[in-house]
Amino acid sequence: MNLIESVESQYLKSDLPQFGPGDIVKVNTRIREGQKERIQVYEGTVIRRAHSGARATFTVRRVAFGTGSERTFPLHSPNIDSIQVVRYGAVRRAKLYYLRERTGRAARVKERRR
Amino acid sequence: MVNGIIGRKIGMTQVFEESGKVVPVTVIEAGPCPIVQLKTQERDGYQAVQLGFGERKESRTSRPKQGHFAKAQVEPTWVLREFRVKSLADVTVGSVIDASLFSEGELVDVSGTSKGHGFSGVVKRWHFAGGKKSHGGEQDLRRPGSIGASATPSRVFKGKRMAGRYGAKRHTVQNLPIIQADAERNLLVVKGAVPGPTNGLLLIRQASKAAPKA
Repeated sequence: MNLIESVESQYLKSDLPQFGPGDIVKVNTRIREGQKERIQVYEGTVIRRAHSGARATFTVRRVAFGTGSERTFPLHSPNIDSIQVVRYGAVRRAKLYYLRERTGRAARVKERRR
Repeated sequence: MVNGIIGRKIGMTQVFEESGKVVPVTVIEAGPCPIVQLKTQERDGYQAVQLGFGERKESRTSRPKQGHFAKAQVEPTWVLREFRVKSLADVTVGSVIDASLFSEGELVDVSGTSKGHGFSGVVKRWHFAGGKKSHGGEQDLRRPGSIGASATPSRVFKGKRMAGRYGAKRHTVQNLPIIQADAERNLLVVKGAVPGPTNGLLLIRQASKAAPKA
């Protein structure tokens, strides 16, 4: 193990579920409001996973009330309480940018049977 | 007290604060650095300690250097660098400086040789804006423009920023906070970027301008 990996290893989470592009996930993020802390849920399709080690991120796309939104999370951020996989998707590429140009039924991802 | 250590840049990554804030950091392999020689006021005209860093085969060390290391009774090292000190009272030749010299939260200055960019134009070297890409300015994309007035003063002022050799110079970045220091792994993690390429030689010192801790 090199020195960079040994520094990063202290920050890596070990309890992450396996998920990838096409999967629908619920991301439970910790939000601080003054002294109080609460959990906010962001649910949508994973369209990208990027980087490795402590710098790993993933991007979730969600269409709410006809408006698309995307959020990129640092995978190992302490502000992410947990990630739940709702549905596994069957996709043939790693980055699902094509979903941005599609709406409605065309923007669906087939479910992966396992 | 020795206030500095020699290191090697390993690379950059990022870590998380407790609040979830992402902090960019540079990982440095620092020390162990044996004290090879003391420079004294009487003999040398100034006070400093000479530290060694890295490994070097005995067979690859010149005879004069071999003698120099043998005198201090330390293994030959890759490099030797001096650090000025106020007092030589508590340092002895042969003792070893390691990363435990620094602690978390301390501020340090990091010196190194910046990456060489060769002969560079003014856009890269001085961040000139360059010319327009359209509206008829296509021929002046990366040119410097005017370098001064005409008959008065009939010369170009000294220090005028022009194209030339860029980088490969010694630079110091001041007041970088230490995020982590571990003598066991010879590890220093500092916030922010430091000069030079990966594997470049670095000198890490206590910050010279830092406000004293309250």
